[in-house]
Amino acid sequence: MSVSDVSEKAPSSLGAMWRDKKTRAIIMQIVAVIAVLLFFGWLVNNTVSNIENLGIKVGFDFLWNTASYDINQTLIDYTANDTHFRAGLVGLLNTLLVAVCGVILATILGFSAGVARLSNNFVLSRLMQVYVEAVRNVPVLLQILLWYGIILHSFPRVKAAEPIIEGVIATNRGLFLPQPLPQDGFGWVWIAFFAGIIGSFFFRRYAKKALDSTGKQLPVLWASLGLIIGLPIIVYFLMGQPLGVSMPELKGFNYKGGFAIKPEFLALWLALSIYTGAFIAEIVRAGILSVSHGQSEAAHALGIKPSLTMRLVVVPQALRVIIPPLISQYLNLTKNSSLAIAIGYMDIVATLGGISLNQSGRALEIMLIILSVYLFLSLSISGVMNIYNERVKLVER
Amino acid sequence: MKKLLPLAVGIAAIAATSGAYATTLEDVKSADVLKCGVSTGLAGFATPDDAGNWQGLDVDLCRAVAAAVLGDSEKVEFVPLSSKVRFEVLKSGEIDVLSRVTTWTLTRDVGLGLNFAGVNYYDGQGFMVSKELGVNSASELDGASVCIQTGTTTELNLSEYFRLNNMTYEPVPVETSAEGRSAYSAGRCDIYTTDASALAAQRSGLENPADHIILPEIISKEPLGPVVRHGDDQWFDIVKWTHNAMLNAEELGVTSANAMERSKDASNPAVQKLLGTADAGLGAQLGLSEDWAMNIITQVGNYSESFERNVGAETPLKLARGLNALWTNGGIQYAPPIK
Ligand SMILES: N[C@@H](CCC(=O)N[C@@H](CS)C(=O)NCC(=O)O)C(=O)O
Repeated sequence: MSVSDVSEKAPSSLGAMWRDKKTRAIIMQIVAVIAVLLFFGWLVNNTVSNIENLGIKVGFDFLWNTASYDINQTLIDYTANDTHFRAGLVGLLNTLLVAVCGVILATILGFSAGVARLSNNFVLSRLMQVYVEAVRNVPVLLQILLWYGIILHSFPRVKAAEPIIEGVIATNRGLFLPQPLPQDGFGWVWIAFFAGIIGSFFFRRYAKKALDSTGKQLPVLWASLGLIIGLPIIVYFLMGQPLGVSMPELKGFNYKGGFAIKPEFLALWLALSIYTGAFIAEIVRAGILSVSHGQSEAAHALGIKPSLTMRLVVVPQALRVIIPPLISQYLNLTKNSSLAIAIGYMDIVATLGGISLNQSGRALEIMLIILSVYLFLSLSISGVMNIYNERVKLVER
Repeated sequence: MKKLLPLAVGIAAIAATSGAYATTLEDVKSADVLKCGVSTGLAGFATPDDAGNWQGLDVDLCRAVAAAVLGDSEKVEFVPLSSKVRFEVLKSGEIDVLSRVTTWTLTRDVGLGLNFAGVNYYDGQGFMVSKELGVNSASELDGASVCIQTGTTTELNLSEYFRLNNMTYEPVPVETSAEGRSAYSAGRCDIYTTDASALAAQRSGLENPADHIILPEIISKEPLGPVVRHGDDQWFDIVKWTHNAMLNAEELGVTSANAMERSKDASNPAVQKLLGTADAGLGAQLGLSEDWAMNIITQVGNYSESFERNVGAETPLKLARGLNALWTNGGIQYAPPIK
């Protein structure tokens, strides 16, 4: 009997089943699934029974109890009379704020440093190398603490601080800035702004068509800037400058009025951006280097200006290499933002995962919530970035 | 898949429940060391001295439990914990007892599944400010930035106090007392608030303690005491009666110096019951040897000895006995009798 005969026949005994490659693979997988399930079942069961042993309730009802604690940075209305749920929401928004600001600044830093590293200017490229190597190799937690320490100890105390320019005061309790107060009619400025965005979108489409049919290049950048920034400014003056301003003033212990950026936010934001920026710089450098030199030479031979070569030939191809690892840097930044707690920045880990957990004792439930939140954030970021990646990646025909 | 899940859970349930739990007493005895959760560093309550030996009122309670259970007050492993994580660490079983300036509240006692084995320091929350601010009362604190340790009752009291007095503040949360001291001295906050005893400790750790005052207002009740997990009454009893033994010893005038001698004095049955020389079998009821309290007192001392050594008038904290005097001296420290 040949080997192929065996596998064609239905396996008749256990031994035969085991010898069959396909069935064996299935059996192994079932065993693996059972083992994993057993393990998790054991974990969950153990946890729940341990909790019940202590006589504690399990459930999410505590989320609707009063939180009773204050939070120093709240993007939505919040008082100590609100629920743990809302405290968690305030924390989540703080997480998102530092993540979004961090991603933006890290991208700017990373792209600048990545391009600068390839510059012909020796000093500049070495400087960027030092930045990348120094920052990449120090744990981000230490960098957060370092920035916080620098702000706390090198910025003046509130009472000793002098305004840098009118209404701008840097202290170790935060950066105080004048706050614009929109008044009646300011809504029109917003409308002009959004209209500008939509307008510039259409102008871009029109410019592309014009380029394709006539070969003439329209000044897309300037036109867009004019629409998005110029239009609202004109409307602003037409409406009679409907904008008040609240100036920070020293009253009693602290500055009142104006707008304050807390040192905790500043330290976390800078540390995360500078740290992640170093990784992005390397990714950008690798991306640009991956575009073969022949491409820019060819563009040059066709008489395309160097600045356009970079924008139209090199960058679009480099992006294909840059985007996938860039996604994971954005994810890393978001996850690293949970180190906020080390300096008392009130993110979701500090509010719900810290104080609410301590007050309610619902560790299991809260950890589940926080894990799901981070999972959701990460999946959303990679989802959005993957869509973008689909658009820039090589179209195979 | 659908059929597998109940199966897996079912098997796991059997696996988990079939193993009987060892009691905390058995665990401690077989490990021959008591794992005690303490502060990360709070002068007078729990802090390592220059030689690395832990010292303090809370530390003494750990040592007393070790003396009672293991016969040796040195057999303690100290686990420094932040206020935020302390309860989770206790509940997980990583420590046997938590002795960390922890306020006894209903939520903690019931909702968190814990038991408070007594009160080793009656305290209340106060405020510390720098003298140069010229503040004399807590009612002048509107708009201030306040350093607070997260995961404490302090946080809740503070919020309530300012709200009730129509004042606002900026909370500056810190994780440990050391971080709090550094934020306060850097001027990140104007006020430091916590239990008054801890304020005294924190002030003693500042560069110029005399530049700072503790305001007269006490805004809360903070009965601080040792904590154990729900579900092990024997262990709860042991910790509770360890504390009571130290108080009873003070009341009976039994000290580390005279305990040996006093134990032979048949004219005082209360002393002999405490010290295990009355053949009353009290130690056995706790699952301990008869000299359990004798070990506590000879190795650690009575409550007054511990108090004076760690936080009393001769220490940098200079705390008066106040509420913590025995009931016979005008305080409220009152231990049930050992008989
Ligand atoms: N008694 C309060 C506060 C306890 C607390 O954490 N106090 C601080 C006062 S500074 C402390 O002991 N810190 C020591 C440490 O950080 O380890 C409670 O139980 O919530």
